Amino acid sequence: MKDVAFGQYYPARSFVHRMDPRFKIVLSIAYIVAVFLVREFHFLGFAAAFAFIVIATAVSRVPFFKVLKSVKGILFFVIFSSVLQVLFNREGTVLAEWWVIVITDVGLLRAAFITLRIMLVVMGTAILTLTTTPVEIADGLESLLTPLKWIKFPVHEFALIMSIALRFIPTLMDETERIINAQKARGADFESGNLFKRIRALIPILIPLLVSSFRRADELGDAMDARCYSGAKGRTKYKKMRPTYRDFIALALMAGLIAGIVLLNGVLGVPV
Amino acid sequence: MSFIEAKEVYYRYPQAEKDALCGVDLTVEKGEYVAVIGHNGSGKSTLARLLNGLLQPTKGEIFVDGISAADKKTLFELRKRVGVVFQNPDNQLVASIVEDDVAFGPENIGVPRKEIGERIDFALSAVGMQEYRKSMASRLSGGQKQRVAIAGVLAIRPEVLILDESTAMLDPRGRREVTDVVKKLNRENGMTVLAVTHYMDEVCEADRVLVLSDGKIVMSGTPAEIFSREEELEKYELDVPVPARIAAMLRAGGMEIGRIYTKEELGDELCRLLPKI
Ligand SMILES: Nc1ncnc2c1ncn2[C@@H]1O[C@H](COP(=O)(O)OP(=O)(O)O)[C@@H](O)[C@H]1O
Ligand SMILES: [Mg+2]
Repeated sequence: MKDVAFGQYYPARSFVHRMDPRFKIVLSIAYIVAVFLVREFHFLGFAAAFAFIVIATAVSRVPFFKVLKSVKGILFFVIFSSVLQVLFNREGTVLAEWWVIVITDVGLLRAAFITLRIMLVVMGTAILTLTTTPVEIADGLESLLTPLKWIKFPVHEFALIMSIALRFIPTLMDETERIINAQKARGADFESGNLFKRIRALIPILIPLLVSSFRRADELGDAMDARCYSGAKGRTKYKKMRPTYRDFIALALMAGLIAGIVLLNGVLGVPV
Repeated sequence: MSFIEAKEVYYRYPQAEKDALCGVDLTVEKGEYVAVIGHNGSGKSTLARLLNGLLQPTKGEIFVDGISAADKKTLFELRKRVGVVFQNPDNQLVASIVEDDVAFGPENIGVPRKEIGERIDFALSAVGMQEYRKSMASRLSGGQKQRVAIAGVLAIRPEVLILDESTAMLDPRGRREVTDVVKKLNRENGMTVLAVTHYMDEVCEADRVLVLSDGKIVMSGTPAEIFSREEELEKYELDVPVPARIAAMLRAGGMEIGRIYTKEELGDELCRLLPKI
């Protein structure tokens, strides 16, 4: 179950692992923007984004299936939204019709387009979390958000909360599994009944999970106090962040991707 | 003045009806290994928390290395000297990667970057986890996680290590791993250890045993002395190790067997007594 958690850090020493986390965060955001820049039905733009992912994965030494697997978590959402598109989009030429359901070419295209867009975004962000430890992400965020300290935003705390949240994903996944098994052993049924019944069946899972999370939070707070935690003041950092040639190469590649997508958008003015 | 000195310590939780600790006197010398036992709710965790400044005594004084644990102003100095390892390994690791977690303490006390690296080396090798430096903590076994938790405390370079039932959630193997590490730290590095535990084999490692009951220290002595006072221990709802119980029965049956509590000692004693039967 642990492995399902999207983009859990994959320890290695690679080009991407050694990049400055700040650059990785900014480049991930730039990548998401790039994917959303692709104009409707310009699938070539997606091909370019996918090529970028393949290259990034190759130089990160992360097995490609780990990146692909990151999509698993949102599979339900992807299928749900594309089914809606296929069944109820009424634009374009009608290919098939039955009762209230109309299948059109535009509906199919749009379903494919949305699906690919979501999958590309998720795979891209998975590369960030696969190659960057939660502490690095937190340090990067803290540094990038420094300007917000001006408006008294608790930047350090925010970053720490983020990294602790990431740290607890596997722990809570394990616990959820344990609770589900315990409830099953007591005869709970999660697989049958209508949607309402199934959601109600989740309550005996969520309540113990919530209660134990509060206990965990309490204990973690004590453990942090006992280890001399007292906020950002006077605190040093073990990991140093310094941009290297790697970060500038990645930056150039990203600029190339965005330029390519914009160009494709213009050249192929009409949808394929 | 002793290294740890508690005088007439009282503590009552807010809104509680009775004191969790009532009049505890305690002295621990540098380099001592003290085991604390007692039934559930006897105040063991409360004592551990008071020594590290997670709680402040309602009444009485506590000094560790001359620093008052009752004074919130010196809290930081106190915590640098008193490291606590808690029960649940999952709830005391802050970071996903082993070395990041061990670095947390030194970062908090403002150790320069280069020295943090050295402290991680030192702490991880002290608990025998150096090859897991870059591993994901979530993939380690319970015993390994708990050893990382000890390393995280050691990296602050404390003078005393408090373990509050740190082996209670581990399987026998993990328990042995942790107990061995703690024993080594005490014997080889001269670390002062205060270990709260339910396991009698761990108690046997200690120089001195304290028995807590209803917030009071009711017995204190070497493991041999404590375990020979079987009726008393039973009164405080505590177990006696099996070899000690056998010895007590033999003594009741008229044999002149000594005060022993380990299997090996029982064997030796029986061999010594055999010709006389
Ligand atoms: N947070 C709390 N609030 C109120 N009472 C508490 C709290 N924690 C512990 N106690 C009470 O204080 C007493 C001592 O508890 P504790 O030190 O945890 O015992 P032990 O660790 O020996 O099991 C118990 O009677 C317990 O019920
Ligand atoms: Mg306790």
